[in-house]
Amino acid sequence: ATDEPITDELWDDLEALLIQADVGVETTMYLVNRTKDRCNRYGVKRAREARDMLKAEMVRVLQEQERRQPVNANPSIVLVVGVNGAGKTTLIAKLAYRLKNQFGKRVLLAAGDTFRAAATEQLETWAERVGVPVISRGQGADPGAVVYDAIEAVSGGDFDVLIIDTAGRLHAKTNLMLELQKLRNIIRRKFPDAPHEVLLVIDATTGQNGVLQAKSFLKAVDVTDVAVTKLDGTAKGGIAFAIAQDIERPIRYVGTGEKMTDLALFDAETFVESLFAQD
Amino acid sequence: MFESLSDRLQAVFQKLGGKGKLTEEDVREAMKQVRIALLEADVNLKVVREFVARVTEKAVGEEVTKSLTPAQQVIKIVHQELIDLLGQANVPLAEARPGPTIIMLIGLQGSGKTTTAAKLALWLRKKGKRPLLVAADIYRPAAITQLESLGRQLGIPVHSEGAQSRPPDIARNAVRRARDESITHVIIDTAGRLQIDEPLMVELEQINAAVEPVERLLVVDAMIGQEAVRVAEEFNRRVGLTGIIFTKIDGDARGGAALSVRAVTGVPIKFLGSGEKVEASTIEPFHPDRLASRILGM
Ligand SMILES: Nc1nc2c(ncn2[C@@H]2O[C@H](COP(=O)(O)OP(=O)(O)OP(=O)(O)O)[C@@H](O)[C@H]2O)c(=O)[nH]1
Ligand SMILES: Nc1nc2c(ncn2[C@@H]2O[C@H](COP(=O)(O)OP(=O)(O)OP(=O)(O)O)[C@@H](O)[C@H]2O)c(=O)[nH]1
Ligand SMILES: [K+]
Ligand SMILES: [Mg+2]
Ligand SMILES: [Mg+2]
Repeated sequence: ATDEPITDELWDDLEALLIQADVGVETTMYLVNRTKDRCNRYGVKRAREARDMLKAEMVRVLQEQERRQPVNANPSIVLVVGVNGAGKTTLIAKLAYRLKNQFGKRVLLAAGDTFRAAATEQLETWAERVGVPVISRGQGADPGAVVYDAIEAVSGGDFDVLIIDTAGRLHAKTNLMLELQKLRNIIRRKFPDAPHEVLLVIDATTGQNGVLQAKSFLKAVDVTDVAVTKLDGTAKGGIAFAIAQDIERPIRYVGTGEKMTDLALFDAETFVESLFAQD
Repeated sequence: MFESLSDRLQAVFQKLGGKGKLTEEDVREAMKQVRIALLEADVNLKVVREFVARVTEKAVGEEVTKSLTPAQQVIKIVHQELIDLLGQANVPLAEARPGPTIIMLIGLQGSGKTTTAAKLALWLRKKGKRPLLVAADIYRPAAITQLESLGRQLGIPVHSEGAQSRPPDIARNAVRRARDESITHVIIDTAGRLQIDEPLMVELEQINAAVEPVERLLVVDAMIGQEAVRVAEEFNRRVGLTGIIFTKIDGDARGGAALSVRAVTGVPIKFLGSGEKVEASTIEPFHPDRLASRILGM
């Protein structure tokens, strides 16, 4: 079946495949039409070759973003943002675990979600499991005060990395987005070039709303990287492709489960391959 | 939720409205736009295809009635089909007789189950009921503390046994306690799980068998994409869903998953949840007929 000639049905199938993976209609049409044109131009006749061209195009788009290098700083300050329930707090546990155990980094966490019930306890539980300290003030406290405390704590040179958890917020809520900017300003008072990484966490099951999420967070706090969580499910996370293309930021991390070891570095080829995998 | 789908569809029909007589060509062009609008709103691809095919067939074959312009007639057909997708009237929460009414909230990780459990409890108490919240998520760090904290905040009792007991036992003990304390509604908060996680799906079946909840409600994040149908179908197959709750509708998600999930499983959407604050106003019964009209700006 892989050596079949190109038919209209192939384009319909590819279109359906990408739409069902949440890549989005507009992005899908763009990709499929572009591949169609190139097949015509280069006289490509086989379905498999067309499919490979489409995949290669998607990999290229993703890899182009990956060329942006992360900033090297010490201490390095990471701000983690995203909508409610995306997987921010769990991802922070995974990152802390990786930095500590693979790279021997001295990591500090900050419980900047002072809003949600037991958000602080959740991060504290993770910190204990990973074996890293956490700065917190508990529910109802001013998140700015937590961030301030954390910034003070890393000023003495005792830590290499500070990762700040924030409350989940829907990107359409202006006041909550302004609050994020406030947190960033508090960081900058002491470290003008920080945060060095602003990590946007996207749930792999997210539909077309994901692009709006990314645009808003980019605008508010200049997202530097994207993490896609919950890729261990059946969702393919195609929205992450649309996001990377739209906001021109690399996807860096992939969450593959609920344990602190369930983290992978993003790999464009693996990701695109799995988008096309039929199951 | 739904505003942007509504705007898109109304724009399509506005264009049609200008025409005196509709040709088959007009209908097909309009349906092409409807298809894109639905897909951009995250309606499932298969559902979109069937929807568009049905509307096209009816609209093209339709006798023109005197009282309606052709465009109005197409809108009428779309309206009817939307109602068919969404269901007619609100389906209220079931009541078990004799009580207590047992409600189990289930769904993917982070969809909003714990928050919704608290909102639902508050909603019931406002109706003069006596709810009990049950902490049956023994896995997520601080999940029990989260529910206990919400219960404390609202003054609603929480049954929890820590993370050492098994969830089916926790549920069973909670129901026993409910009988002793003349509780009217038992709301079980379960751990988030993937529908392909076999051990956790078996656990869900065990809780289900242990206490036989009359309501098995799937809690779905309104921002979900094409995945919604697959998730709903599988949870439905395992425990027989009685209703769906869509959460986080306070965002700008287009909510198309709501249309798909009901269409594919036939399970009614019972509530919509909005806001991360746990207040009574943040959960409301869902009225499909009103929504269909609102989407079309009628
Ligand atoms: N299957 C799976 N579940 C995940 C993954 N990452 C996080 N989760 C689960 O998703 C749920 C939400 O995760 P959190 O880390 O609390 O998400 P959050 O973004 O911090 O949520 P809020 O702070 O409430 O906005 C939890 O049940 C996690 O265990 C993942 O990669 N795979
Ligand atoms: N904006 C908004 N946020 C909500 C809504 N419902 C829940 N949330 C938030 O979504 C996040 C996840 O909610 P939870 O209730 O913890 O979700 P869950 O399904 O219990 O998560 P797990 O137990 O980890 O599977 C939290 O940040 C909640 O505050 C809602 O209707 N609107
Ligand atoms: K997957
Ligand atoms: Mg969190
Ligand atoms: Mg929960």
